[in-house]
Parts: sequence; C-alpha cells; structure tokens
Amino acid sequence: MDSKRIVYMDHAATTYVKPEVLEAMLPYFTEQFGNPSSVYTLGRKSRSAIEEAREKVAKAIGALPEEIYFTGGGSEADNWAIKGAAFANRAKGNHIITSKIEHHAILNTCEFLEKQGFEVTYVSVDENGVIDLEELKNSITDKTILISIMFANNEIGTIQPIEEIGRIAKERGIIFHTDAVQAIGNVEINVKDMNIDMLSLAAHKFYGPKGVGALYVRKGIRIENLIHGGGQERKRRGGTENLPGIVGLGKAIELATADIEGHNARIRALRDRLLNGILEKIPYTKLNGHPEKRLPGNINVSFKFIEGEGLLLLLDQSGIYGSTGSACSSGSLDPSHVLLAIGLPHEIAHGSLRLSLGDKNTEEDVDYVLDVLPKIVQRLRDMSPLYENFIKGGR
Amino acid sequence: MKLVYFDNSATTRPHREVVKEVSDCMENYFGNPSSAHRLGLGAEKKMKQAREKVARLIGALPQEIIFTSGGSEANNTAIKGVITPGCHIITSKIEHPSVLRVLQKLEKSGYEVTYLSVDSRGIIKLEELENSIKDNTKLVTIMYVNNEIGSIQPVDKIVEIVRKKNKRVKVHIDAVQAAGKIPIDIKKLDVDLMSLSAHKIHGPKGVGALYVRKGIKLEPLILGGGQEWEVRSGTENLPGISGFGVAAEIISSNLNEKIEHVKGIKKHFIERLKEIDNIVINSPYDDNHIGNILNVSFEGVRGEVLLHALEDYNIFVSTGSACSSKKVSEKNYVLPSIGLKECHVEGAIRFSFSYINTVDEVDYTIEALKKSLSFLRRLKK
Repeated sequence: MDSKRIVYMDHAATTYVKPEVLEAMLPYFTEQFGNPSSVYTLGRKSRSAIEEAREKVAKAIGALPEEIYFTGGGSEADNWAIKGAAFANRAKGNHIITSKIEHHAILNTCEFLEKQGFEVTYVSVDENGVIDLEELKNSITDKTILISIMFANNEIGTIQPIEEIGRIAKERGIIFHTDAVQAIGNVEINVKDMNIDMLSLAAHKFYGPKGVGALYVRKGIRIENLIHGGGQERKRRGGTENLPGIVGLGKAIELATADIEGHNARIRALRDRLLNGILEKIPYTKLNGHPEKRLPGNINVSFKFIEGEGLLLLLDQSGIYGSTGSACSSGSLDPSHVLLAIGLPHEIAHGSLRLSLGDKNTEEDVDYVLDVLPKIVQRLRDMSPLYENFIKGGR
Repeated sequence: MKLVYFDNSATTRPHREVVKEVSDCMENYFGNPSSAHRLGLGAEKKMKQAREKVARLIGALPQEIIFTSGGSEANNTAIKGVITPGCHIITSKIEHPSVLRVLQKLEKSGYEVTYLSVDSRGIIKLEELENSIKDNTKLVTIMYVNNEIGSIQPVDKIVEIVRKKNKRVKVHIDAVQAAGKIPIDIKKLDVDLMSLSAHKIHGPKGVGALYVRKGIKLEPLILGGGQEWEVRSGTENLPGISGFGVAAEIISSNLNEKIEHVKGIKKHFIERLKEIDNIVINSPYDDNHIGNILNVSFEGVRGEVLLHALEDYNIFVSTGSACSSKKVSEKNYVLPSIGLKECHVEGAIRFSFSYINTVDEVDYTIEALKKSLSFLRRLKK
C-alpha cells in the first residue's frame, strides 16, 4: 500500500539542496575545477570563490571571514573544536563542561577526552530540555577550560539560553563553544553579541550540500589542528578544499539567513497547526521539548503504548518521512539519550516521533499528516497489549 | 589551442558522468543514509554501490572502505588511528604534508619517528627500512607514488620486509597519486591501510577513502553518530561518495590502456624536450616513475616565472605540489631530497597528465616552452 503522496518531515536529519545552491555549485565541478592552492588563474578563481563563501558564512553569524574554517561537516567541526581546545589549553586545566543532551559528536568526543585524563561535567536539563544554568555555574572550577552547549537540540528542538551561557563563560575566562548545526537559519545568531568563541555548522541542515561544514573560531582562541596537512585554511585544516561544497555552503547560508523571521513565521504557523492537531486528535500524547523556546519546524511527541519503530514504518508506507530520534541513531534500539535526560521513562521514550518541517512543506502536507497519523497510532494501539490493559483496567 | 591542463596531480576536472551523478544525488537522493525511511534507504543503497565500486578499484572488500572528506583526512585517520602512546613510526622524507605534519606533531608528544631517505630516483632504501624496524615500531607509512616526481615505491618489498622483521607493525600506504594510475591489488600487496582521494581521478573534491583491512581496529579521528562502522562519524556525503564511485568505475575500466596512453604522452614529451637545451629531467621514463608525472628543471629560469609564462598560452602546470605552491623555496623538500642542486629546484616544473590529455597538447606545450624560454633566458643573461 505504497502512497503516491510524499511528505518529507525529516529536515533535522537532512534537507534537500535548493536549486539555486546546486546551480551555484555546478560551475565549480566543470570549468572552474582548479585547485584553490594553484597559483595560476584557474586556481586563483577557485581561491576567490572560497573567500567569497567565507565572507558569506562570516556575515551570517556576525564573525570575521578570517575566523571561519571550512570542514568536512558538522561532526568534524565539533570534534575539532572540542579536542582542539582541550589539547591546546591543557596547561591551563583539564575540566570541560557540556550537557547531557548534546549531539554524539560532542558526547563521544568528551568521553574520548575522559580517557585522556580530562574531566567532563555533563550538566542536566529540565523537563523541557533547558540547561540548568545554576548547575552549570556551580560546576565551574579553576580548571575549567571549555564549555560546550548546543544552540538548539536536534531531537526535541529546545533552544538554549546561549547569551547567558556566553556571559557566564566570558566572566570566568572560559572558552565557549556551541554546536549550532540545527540553529542556523532558524535563530538569529551573532557570535560577538552572544560571546560565542567557537561555533559549528553544517550545510546540509540548511538546504546546502552534504560533506561540508564550518567551524568559527574567534580570533585569539588557540586550538590544535585535527587534520594536519598541506597548509590549507591558513594552516589550520589540511586537505584540498571541497570547492563546490564550500561554494554551496556559502550560497545556502546566504539564502537561509536572508529572512529568518519570515521563514520562521511561515514554518512555525504550519508546525503549530500540525502540533495542535496531533495533540487534539490523539489522546495520551505528550509534547517533548520546550513549548515556546523551540526550533520553528520541530515537533517531538510521545504516543503512549506504542513503539516508535512500528509507527515510523507505517508512516513510511503512507509516504510520510519522519524520525524517531536523530538520524544517526535511528539504527539503534536504545531510547534516545535526550528523551531520557528530560525525564521520560523508557517505555514512553520508545513511542516518540520527531517531525521536522522545512521550506517545502505545505498546508496540504499538514492536512495529510493529520488525516493519516491518528489512524496509524490508533491501529498500533489496538495491537498493543499495554493499551488493552490500560483500557480495561484504567477506566 | 583551448585549455591545456597538465596539472592533474593537483586536481582533475570531474568527468561529466561524475557531475551528473553528484547532481542527481543532490536532487533525488537527498535523504540521510542513516534515516530509517525510504528516502534514507534509497540513499543507503547508493552508498553501497559506491562502496563496491571504490573497493573494486583496489581489489578490496566493500566493508573495508571507509569514506572520508578526502585524502588528507584518510592519512590523518590512518596514522592517528593505529598508534599507541610513545611508539615508533617509520616514514620517508618525501611524504605528503598530511603525513609529515602529523608525524612532526606526534614527535612533540613523545612519539619517535624515523624519516627514511630516498636515492636519486626518489625511492627509499630498503636496507635502511629493514634496519629501522624495532620492537616498538607500530607503523610504517609510505606513499605509493610521490606527488612531485612520481617515483613509485616498491610496496610489495616494503611489506615483505616489515612482515619478516616485526609482525605487529601496520603498513599504511598513501595511494592518493597511485590509485587509478597503476593497477593495485591490495590483497596481493598485503598492506593494512591505504588512503585514496576522489578528486585526483576525475571525481569530486571533498571526498576520499581509507582502506582498513578487515580485523584492524582504528581509533576514530571524528567521533559522533557512529557512521562508517564507528570509524568515521558524520552524515555521509552521499553525492560526493556516489561521484567517487562513478569516477572509480570509469578509471578502472581498461586501466592498462589508460596507463599506456599516459606513458605515451610522457615518452613523447621527453623525446621532444631534447629540442630544448639545459634541462634536467627529474622523473625519467622508466619503471620506477609513473607515467602521469613529468618533473623537469629548466636552467636559468625560475619555475614560477615559467609557470606564468605558460599560463599566457593557456597551459596550466605546477612548480611543486599544489598545496605548497605558494612558498616554493620554503617548502620544497622533495627535490632537494633526491639530490637536486638549488638552481634545479628553483627551475622545476611539474607536468602531470591524465588519460584525457593528448599528444597534440604536448606538441603545443613544447612550442610554448621554446618561445617562453628563449625570452626568459635572454632576459636573465
């Protein structure tokens, strides 16, 4: 029973590439293919295309072009920021503060550093997924060299009080890194006003190409290199530049940040109608994440008595593409660390669905999901012994 | 004459089929390969096909191919992934900076590194290798083909010596300049790790691969979502990877014909260079040097000046490797290591070919060289 209608609501996993972005990239695959490090015209033109993209990225987050370093993606940027800052500042201290709901690129890197003799504090979040600022402040010691808190969560969409964290870090002279992979294009970001020292971003989350990201490193912040090599990126990141990818990233971030407010208003209106419809039509449903301080396209709900995997499968058959957690952990059966951190019991966390809306979603998409989803949930609940027991005993 | 691109060791022009594949993936397979829904599964299927094609290029198993953001990341991952604190590593003096800089950094953190010298051909001395292997040696990392002079290392003999002396040593081969240019049968070669790059074989930039022999455990360089069997995290660059697959497939087909064609270009070039006085060929036409690279020193001119003169004829060449092009004198360590005099280092030009180049382009270049040299050399006198 394959559906003809396709409703893609997994933009937090990855987005399609905008035609303008692809168009901007194509010449750099064909006539303009020169190695940016080559000294002749063909190379110099590649070089200026990269510098132009760098300016666009810088402008989008209020940084200087020379503070932007291109990477192979968001995970590389996160790994580089954390390991780079940790190893370069080891003489000052060995303590790092992060949160329990970070992306695995941060969490696994922190675990790695723990094995290398660093101490890591994983700050808790409240039931909405907001960082406990008091706990964060109290965990700072004179050995603390780095705070890394994500701008917005990839699963539940909660936006953190980044400005406050920036202020705290600045007062104490601690480097502040934020993983803004999910936030770019959804939240106004100014690294100077927000006292952000390092920021990671990935193009494929804002209608740019996969395989390219960037790390902003404030001038004066010392970090060690992650990928050593031919002296590209002002000797900070070796490897022939991913020229078309970088051009695509530049174009994508320019488009994504041109009208954040307008984009948000439109997406949020759609999202709210969908969310309210779900909560109205499907009983025993809980919204995960902060009711207001959340990414405009994000819905994360738990349906009691059912398994997310089965739900995903049936949605897929109806042409609706969502996710249970983050894409990278979709393969695993462990409940999401984020949902557990906001206090969800295992069985509820298992019945969670993330729908992340994007540019192309329409009112019709929302109508379609609101028509299909309640039926699927009911169908799954009808097969659930938990639900049967609940209905028999609970009422 | 339209553009004559003789800088294929710096980067290559992606094939039309590659660009088509990359675009198609961006438009039609944009799903996250890790997503459980159909869009993700479609992307995952594409990944699988690409992995098989890249594996076939070197005779590996698909599950032994780890995709990276390029050759430099592959080299960094291989080296940092197998070492243990304080161990001993063997390499050569003419490696790519993505190997040398990693090792220089490691030296500062208490690792011991032996840099093998090379002979006048640019080939390591096997005896020196044998004598350098110690009990605490963990890794031997040697490039298959040098990016500046095209010397081919005897990888089979290197592996044989290493295995004989110390079975615990891992052998990593940087094959960025070799894959698709010489036939590679990795099982026969018996190496443990091998780095590859797409943009050197008419694939896209920003994607490479690391061959990791089945059973070898690597400490990941990039941690996170656990993609690529936990060895390399990060959302897969599907368009890039799929483009790499297409490039690998194209270059693998009739590889021997392509190799012969490129050799023919080099042979013809060297033959015609006889018409020009006062030159030294740093990468002769023989079995120890690859057909794709012709490195020539022109006496009485600076390489960079000649490079720009050729550019006026729409001919694109390089003085050294692209990554170090900016400061030749400061960074060129390969040519001095084969015993070149300073004036010959200064006047060196690398012509690097692809099988899509032609003999006509060589003839055109020879005429341009003659004209440029007669002008430039007169100027110098």
